[in-house]
Amino acid sequence: MRARLAKLRRRPKLLFLFTVAYLAWSLVPVLLAVRFSFNEGRSRSSAQGWSTRWYWGDPDLSVWHDPDLRSALFQSLRLAGFAIAIAVPLGVALALGITRWRGRVARPANLLALSTLVTPEIVMGSALLLVFVNLLTFMPLGTPAQLVGHVTFSLAFVLLVVRGRLVSIGREYEEAAMDLGASSLRTLRSVLLPLLSPAIVASAIVVFALSMDDFVVSAFLSAGSGTDTVPVRIYSNARGSPTPALNALASLTLFLTLGAVALAFGVWQAVRRRGGERGSAVGELARLEL
Amino acid sequence: MSYPRWLWPALSAPALLWLGLFFCVPFYAVLAVAMGTVDPIFQTPKPTWNPLDWDTSAFSFVFDGLFTSGGPFQTVFLRTIVYVVVALALSLLIAYPVAYFAARRAGRFGTLLLVGLVAPFFISYLMRMLAWINLLQEDGWVNDALLWAHAIDRPVAWLDGRASSVILGLVYGYVPFLILPLYAFLDRIDERVLEAARDLGAGPFQTFRRVTLPLSAPALLAGSVIIALPMFGDYYTPDLLSGSPRTSLIGNEINLYLRGGQQIPVGAALVCVLTMLLLVLIVAYLVAAARAARRLR
Repeated sequence: MRARLAKLRRRPKLLFLFTVAYLAWSLVPVLLAVRFSFNEGRSRSSAQGWSTRWYWGDPDLSVWHDPDLRSALFQSLRLAGFAIAIAVPLGVALALGITRWRGRVARPANLLALSTLVTPEIVMGSALLLVFVNLLTFMPLGTPAQLVGHVTFSLAFVLLVVRGRLVSIGREYEEAAMDLGASSLRTLRSVLLPLLSPAIVASAIVVFALSMDDFVVSAFLSAGSGTDTVPVRIYSNARGSPTPALNALASLTLFLTLGAVALAFGVWQAVRRRGGERGSAVGELARLEL
Repeated sequence: MSYPRWLWPALSAPALLWLGLFFCVPFYAVLAVAMGTVDPIFQTPKPTWNPLDWDTSAFSFVFDGLFTSGGPFQTVFLRTIVYVVVALALSLLIAYPVAYFAARRAGRFGTLLLVGLVAPFFISYLMRMLAWINLLQEDGWVNDALLWAHAIDRPVAWLDGRASSVILGLVYGYVPFLILPLYAFLDRIDERVLEAARDLGAGPFQTFRRVTLPLSAPALLAGSVIIALPMFGDYYTPDLLSGSPRTSLIGNEINLYLRGGQQIPVGAALVCVLTMLLLVLIVAYLVAAARAARRLR
């Protein structure tokens, strides 16, 4: 019997190899794209020495010196920063309100918030473009319009992440605080929000990643090359651009994203530890069901 | 003592107003433009906000191209459906074994494996396409490898209107988003159910086929919808990996009409038709999500 159980527990070789092959297929092309960004020569399809020429060395064509590439990087970062600043507070408030609210409006409100999640980006992008051009004309295309788009598609993700945490927290902490004489707003601020802080940090990571990754909404609502983001720049240069500077731009964005995510992740893990939670934080992130 | 009753509606209000203004109103704007006219001199669209004055000529243009056999929109819609179905089937074949291994058999490699599975989520989709553009160039490493293996005798122009490249791009781009929900589900399956199956005499394969796989049906459905929806609206993958009208999808037509200038109402009508098509998928997903949320409560 024990032998049979051990056999069942053994790692299946074929499945293991398949998974390793998948990981290689999934990650090696990106690593190669990063490798080519450090080329000394102009090729984007083979390795040619090592240099930082396409990052800042080249006086005309490098990311730092080509105004189009540089402005794309800053536009992406600017949008992601503003999107976090607006979408996280709005989404946290929405998650609290919609989860606790027992009124007749709560259910349709929930449905409305979730439906942004399943709306394809091209539908959302064209709808926003048409409304900004034809009706809400006070909102100019470019950064403001793009920001509105990023916040709109981020809200549902913040809602999901924060609500997932909220339903797992019992009411007893809040009841204890109120029994001890805390006002309701004080309870909200000093009990509920700290309990939610891991989810709030996680949702900020998610919004940052979504905003940096977004292509369609940024492209549709761009007001010209000055407000193009990194993905939009990649889209317009990928088939034409003859140098690895585009790879350098993409790699730089990748490093920044991974750096920011790693940092936020460290904070998140620290917050979870302090809250006395155990287990892998990566596992929890993977289980968020985005 | 408890929270005042007005608190929860008040907290929800800002985000709901935001969604009303920037999500619901824009949908009506699409409809108003699709049912509107075009300024004869400036060629700009003139939306018709009043439903009584709606002009259906953009819609009849779209439906003509959609329902006459061999019409321009019919070809594109059918092509989109074929590409999405093939890409979805391949994605499921790749994602399920990987998610299954990660959730149930990875052991102490689990965390490392998860980092690898979550990583594409933080790498821009466009960068991942750029990576394949690098590899699929005529002098790229894919051709080098195939030439070296004598699978081909001269370099293949992979980036020149090939359905296979576009489908590869779609699978590569969206499969991570299928693996994660599948993983989340498989990770939660109650171990005792599987032990019960084994105690009743089922072998590992039978346990998988009769218990695990049927249990994962809702997760497979939800995951498929999650990646099929963006695939239906995709236009950048064909643009980047093929750039030829031979592989153009619905998204390409929308992009062309809506941002190309003269027939914006046609673009808006195409958005409406695509939305109708996807509404079936969306409703199926929302029903499944609502059911899952009820179980959570």
